[in-house]
Amino acid sequence: MEFEAPAVQLGAIGPEIALVTTALLLLIVDAFIPEGEERWYLAVLATIGFGVAIILAANQWGERELQLARMVAVDNFATFVKTSVAVFAVLTVWLSRDYLKRSEDEESEFYALLLFAAAGMMLMASAADLIMVFLALEIFSISLYVLVGFRRRSLASQESAMKYFLLGAFSSAFFLMGIALVYGATGTTNFYPGGGGEGIAGYLVSSAASDVDLLVLGVGLLIVGLGFKIAAVPFHMWTPDAYQGAPSPITGFMAAGTKFAAVATMLRLFVVVLYPLRADWRPILIAVAIATMLLGSVLAVIQEDVKRLLAYSSIAHAGFVLTGLIAANDRGLSGSLFYLATYGLTVLGAFAVVTVLAGRKERNVTLASYRGLFYERPLLAGALTLFMLSLAGVPLTSGFVGKFLVFGAAIQAGYWWLAVIGMLASVIATFFYLRVLVVMYMQEDDRGLQPAITGRLANSVVGLTAAATLVLGIVWGPLIDLAERATVFFA
Amino acid sequence: MTLDSYVPILFLIVLSTLFAVASIWVSSRIGPRAPTPAKLTPYESGIVPEGGIEKQRFPVKFYLVAMLFIIFDIETVFLYPWAVAYDNLKLFGLIEMGVFIAILLAAYVYVWRRGGLEWVD
Repeated sequence: MEFEAPAVQLGAIGPEIALVTTALLLLIVDAFIPEGEERWYLAVLATIGFGVAIILAANQWGERELQLARMVAVDNFATFVKTSVAVFAVLTVWLSRDYLKRSEDEESEFYALLLFAAAGMMLMASAADLIMVFLALEIFSISLYVLVGFRRRSLASQESAMKYFLLGAFSSAFFLMGIALVYGATGTTNFYPGGGGEGIAGYLVSSAASDVDLLVLGVGLLIVGLGFKIAAVPFHMWTPDAYQGAPSPITGFMAAGTKFAAVATMLRLFVVVLYPLRADWRPILIAVAIATMLLGSVLAVIQEDVKRLLAYSSIAHAGFVLTGLIAANDRGLSGSLFYLATYGLTVLGAFAVVTVLAGRKERNVTLASYRGLFYERPLLAGALTLFMLSLAGVPLTSGFVGKFLVFGAAIQAGYWWLAVIGMLASVIATFFYLRVLVVMYMQEDDRGLQPAITGRLANSVVGLTAAATLVLGIVWGPLIDLAERATVFFA
Repeated sequence: MTLDSYVPILFLIVLSTLFAVASIWVSSRIGPRAPTPAKLTPYESGIVPEGGIEKQRFPVKFYLVAMLFIIFDIETVFLYPWAVAYDNLKLFGLIEMGVFIAILLAAYVYVWRRGGLEWVD
């Protein structure tokens, strides 16, 4: 038997290779440094790794091809997502540096797992085959399971890691069953036609509409698996517990990165590949989106813990993004990308403030402990105000522009009532964002809440994300332009 | 595509479940029984059992050792077929295997330096 070596273009997954190599290097280097030394070089190495990944990803801008046995799509869409995820991850590394400093937990594993998780999220964005999607999903999920439980001495952290892991494994099983059914129906797991196969997209073009029963069943199970990752109702149960127990920088990264990666796959899968099947998947996603927006917003109102409050807020935001996906038009695509990029920066900023105040021991995370924060720390309170207003969708913040784009796309597609429900949910949500502000400004407290972290790096993360939230709310043009050009798929 | 072609599979599942349940039930009802103490002890490869798992506690270190063994054992599983097919795979196979072993080596160095291979009582 003659073996023909496959054409391997490793450049297609260059950013991911850079991250994985950095992670391995980090583990080995750290293993040779004696204990007790300050480990500043870990964050430096991780930052360099992400820098290289961003450069490699940016270089792929404008390309449009399928590589690595038609498993990986290199296109503007993937590049946009990869760059955003890498930026989120760099901010998380800087935040984690001050969070972990001088604690016994500042270990190479934390940064290495972060690098692995980011590599998985990047791979997710360019996966052009269901098997590849699953592989990428597991790479970042398994890394995050460990990171959530990284506060080894904290029972809450252990509990949340266990819940996240068990439910995550369960949802992966649903996703796999979905892949199996899709394969049974179409005879392929590949997205696009070509290379001797017709792919899922090609199957939908060539087959009669009556032949898709099994495929729809499979797609339904895929929605369960992906819905779990973006924390959509009714697959959201793990979110508040996992977000509360995880180290705060990781919570921010989960809200920003996981959501972006999973929605990116959904956009490619539903809006591009399964577009002919939209009459079947739209009703499912509409029901999920309405439940997600309303339940997330309503349940956040009664939360007394800031991390849980932000967790429910992130559930609601998953619903808002889904309206852009349901619209399934160009505005919906670019709107969702813009929304997730800006939401990621804002939510990272919000969790950066939480991290700075809570510190390594995760104290002062109740809403009551934020009383009178403005009079103690006006700058921190100001930044948190900006993040809350952006999450609520107030004009002059990036959150408003994102909501405007996705709701506008839904209206353009004829789903004006979905947009109305979304706005209604936003109004409910505004109540608890304002509640945070009321606590900070209008209630006095003589205990004098002091930040647990005073490091310059963590504070600069707060500053950078606050600046991004404000600037992108005023000068949104360039990023929207980029997001529109990022809707160029391999198709 | 219809589900008709899966009816035989459903039939097979039902039939095999029925057969398994029925044969256990029948043998428990009509089979002769003559228990002796030796027959009732659990089988442990011919060694006299030292009480079940519920009576003993053993260190979690064994778990770590077992995990490490499996991880590095997989390496061999991949190496054998590669060695057999080496003539066909040529340079491509050599490079691929080099990358694979390099990643494993990184894991090995990590485990070794972190004290994963030491047996501390």
